[in-house]
Amino acid sequence: MSNNIIELKNISVAFDGQQIIENMNLYIRDKEFITFLGPSGCGKTTTLRMIAGFQEPDSGDVFFEGKKINGVPPHKRQLNTIFQRYALFPHLNVYENIAFGLRLKKTPEKEIKAAVTEMLELINLKGFERRNISSLSGGQQQRVAIARALVVKPRVLLLDEPLGALDLKLRKDMQVELKNIQKRLGITFIYVTHDQEEALSMSDTIVVMDSGVIQQIGTPTDIYNEPKNAFVADFIGESNIIEGVMKDDFWVEMAGHKFKCLDKGFGVDEEVDVVVRPEDVDVVPVDKAMISGVVTSITFKGVYYEIIVEIKGFKWMIQSTDFQAVGSTIGLVVEPDAIHIMKKSQYSGLYGDYSSFSEEFDELSVAEVDEDEEE
Amino acid sequence: MTKKTSLSSKLYTALVFIFLYAPIAVLILFSFNSGKSTSVFEGFSLYWYKELFNDAATLDAFKNSMIVAVASSIIATVMGTAAATAIFGYKNKLLKSSIMTVTNIPMMNPEIVTGISMMLLFVFVGSLFGKTGTLGFGTLIIAHTTFELPYVILNVLPKLRQTDPHLSEAAQDLGCTPFQAFFKVVLPAIMPGIISGLMMAFTLSVDDFIISYFVSGTSSQTLPIRIFSMTKRRVTPDMYALSTLIFLAILVLLVVSNLVSAHGDKKLSKKGGAKK
Amino acid sequence: MNQKSSLMTKLSGSPYIVWAVLFIIVPLCMVAYYAFTDKTGAFTIDNMAQISKYADTFILSIWLGLLATVICLVIAYPLAYIMASKGPEKQSTMTMLIMLPMWMNFLLRTYSWMTILEDNGLLTSALNSVVDFINNTAGLSLDPVHLINTRGAVVVGMVYNFLPYMILPIYTVMLKSDRSLVEAAQDLGGNRLDVFRNVTLPLSVPGIVSGFTMVFVPSVSTFYISQKLGGTGTILIGDIIETQFQTANNFNLGASLSFVLMILIFICLAVMNRFSDDDGGVII
Repeated sequence: MSNNIIELKNISVAFDGQQIIENMNLYIRDKEFITFLGPSGCGKTTTLRMIAGFQEPDSGDVFFEGKKINGVPPHKRQLNTIFQRYALFPHLNVYENIAFGLRLKKTPEKEIKAAVTEMLELINLKGFERRNISSLSGGQQQRVAIARALVVKPRVLLLDEPLGALDLKLRKDMQVELKNIQKRLGITFIYVTHDQEEALSMSDTIVVMDSGVIQQIGTPTDIYNEPKNAFVADFIGESNIIEGVMKDDFWVEMAGHKFKCLDKGFGVDEEVDVVVRPEDVDVVPVDKAMISGVVTSITFKGVYYEIIVEIKGFKWMIQSTDFQAVGSTIGLVVEPDAIHIMKKSQYSGLYGDYSSFSEEFDELSVAEVDEDEEE
Repeated sequence: MTKKTSLSSKLYTALVFIFLYAPIAVLILFSFNSGKSTSVFEGFSLYWYKELFNDAATLDAFKNSMIVAVASSIIATVMGTAAATAIFGYKNKLLKSSIMTVTNIPMMNPEIVTGISMMLLFVFVGSLFGKTGTLGFGTLIIAHTTFELPYVILNVLPKLRQTDPHLSEAAQDLGCTPFQAFFKVVLPAIMPGIISGLMMAFTLSVDDFIISYFVSGTSSQTLPIRIFSMTKRRVTPDMYALSTLIFLAILVLLVVSNLVSAHGDKKLSKKGGAKK
Repeated sequence: MNQKSSLMTKLSGSPYIVWAVLFIIVPLCMVAYYAFTDKTGAFTIDNMAQISKYADTFILSIWLGLLATVICLVIAYPLAYIMASKGPEKQSTMTMLIMLPMWMNFLLRTYSWMTILEDNGLLTSALNSVVDFINNTAGLSLDPVHLINTRGAVVVGMVYNFLPYMILPIYTVMLKSDRSLVEAAQDLGGNRLDVFRNVTLPLSVPGIVSGFTMVFVPSVSTFYISQKLGGTGTILIGDIIETQFQTANNFNLGASLSFVLMILIFICLAVMNRFSDDDGGVII
């Protein structure tokens, strides 16, 4: 309990009669890198704004170090935010932007100078003091925004999709840089993103959200290997989600075959969702296979081929380093540790079938998510 | 574009500009006329310029114009900027659109209607208190503020739309109260819009004749009203001298501001270049 | 936004709202009030009944206003087109040159036209010497030209005073519309006339509409231009309203005339806007 820096208890928020967050409970430990991950409109930005104080919950309480902070205005909270489009002050230069928070605290000029210089070093922008904000690149602006927030020594840094506006290469660099800064300063980072890769590579803890409800909380490995339901399995990485029936502990039947697995504790003949990651399926000759199907499409992805195989009317995606001709029949093997069993949920049957899968479709939905999550 | 069309377009442009500037040229020419006529040039002289500076009534009117313009444009800018921020922040669509409709009225309505409508209000209110001489500086400033307000609001609103919506939040996040955040961050960001609104309000005020004509009393003649009463009779070239001076002042102002902004652009592009 | 700052935002609008009600809405109500009362404040429709006497004046005002607006459009459109096709530096110079005359006092600009159009003014005497020359050489007996105190002179005054208000909106719209659209149209095989008719013209309609408004409204309601350039022969509705307020002291009649003028103008603008919705069919 004492290790929790922020606690959210029974939080609910609605806008214009629309429920944005429903009875949320969350504990955030001190010094951890926690990520709210979810699609646009899932309530992750609203949660962040509530912690920052820009949004008040309709019901429920927010605690900071055990003290209730409902109604405390943002300028009195020991948290700072990095905004989506940085929100740098255009009329001030780099130095003055970073010094802004210290000036408000009436810090002596000498200390300001030292602190700003230190920050500029941290973000690798030494010599940029007098530069105009508009003359900086997106990545540089981003770093100034980070420095501006960090210079006031917040206990917690809130980051609202901070890398959304950067291109892919810069984004990867900044991910590493942000993680390093967090480790070095030892402060809590609360990060909001819709990008699962970003979440997996940076976070200590990931909170997967959808429609205002927390779907799963866990480490990146937990979330990836042990998704709680079809939504999480589908949102994090690629997955085949197949309807199956538990025949007994450690035995599941799907696609007309009984597979050995590592899961137990389900009822006999209980219907379940089975997750099989595409990279965990092995291609073998048909006579040695557990199941077999016809290749309906194949795409070269560089390191591997992405193959869509139709098995008993369900399209699986598998990743293989070997080429398979479209129309050919191939055999597949799934090892017990590649199988993950989930209880049925409201998301069952909505995800995990690759029959309608196409590249364009995928890109389209990503573009949609990229839209601002203005609530 | 072919040579032929380019030539005809040049000719066309020249003709339009001759049309636009011919009366002004005539005006400037006759301001240097040694005779009293405004149609027959008798010889070069600066006589009318000297006359102008000896004409107490005109100088008085000029002073009045300045007082009204300064007072009304400042009031309109402060109130209009506050109004624009509020309008921008309103979530209620109906409220927003009805305020904008009312704001558009002074710009769409014929000036003569705006002028008489305010005159009627002032006279009516005056009569309620049994007074007759209600028209004067006060009513002039109220009327000018009213017709300047839409221009201030329409200059500030686009700037508000352009600024990062999180600017004020970022400032609060760093320790500003909402009030401080507005003055320290939002206001500087929309300053260009405020300045151009202020300048527009000022020039509209100096230039206005029709509305002032109906709401000013005898003691508060502005320059355009003075000019009007002089053009009722035969105009003497000292009016021409006056407008020549105004014209020159504006010309210099425009050229300077153009040079300044061009210089600023150059500086900016130089900086951008240095970055690469 | 948290509750406190949004409350502050709302409050900052209240002075303006109060001001707008007091000095925009209430004055318009005053116009209606005076239009329907007599000098003692009793309700009457006498003023409105008198309006029919001024029907000719209304028609003349609207006719001359429309004429001036159309002439402005004809002059302004090619110029705006030429401007929009120039380089940025030339464009800003030309914009400045077009705005500059507007800064001259409007009364003096009009007065200056009076001296140009006068019987012994510059233009008239120049034209008359041409007439004399023709008369002498061809043995004709053409009448000397007379320009001042004609309706033509009034229209010239209107066109001159309000032309920039037509050029600038059209120019701005042309500038904003994407040049690549024109190129795309040419690329698709349209010749220059086709491209103009199907792309440039429809795209500039919003500019034309706002230019139309900005020229038509002051032209219809003017009184100074007609007084100086139209003489006693061209009395416009603005002149009559001005007289009621400044010399005749019949506020009630003046208010009812203004009331009708305002309604007529709003009808004209509504019709104009209606037309502009059918993708610019009004001009063709």
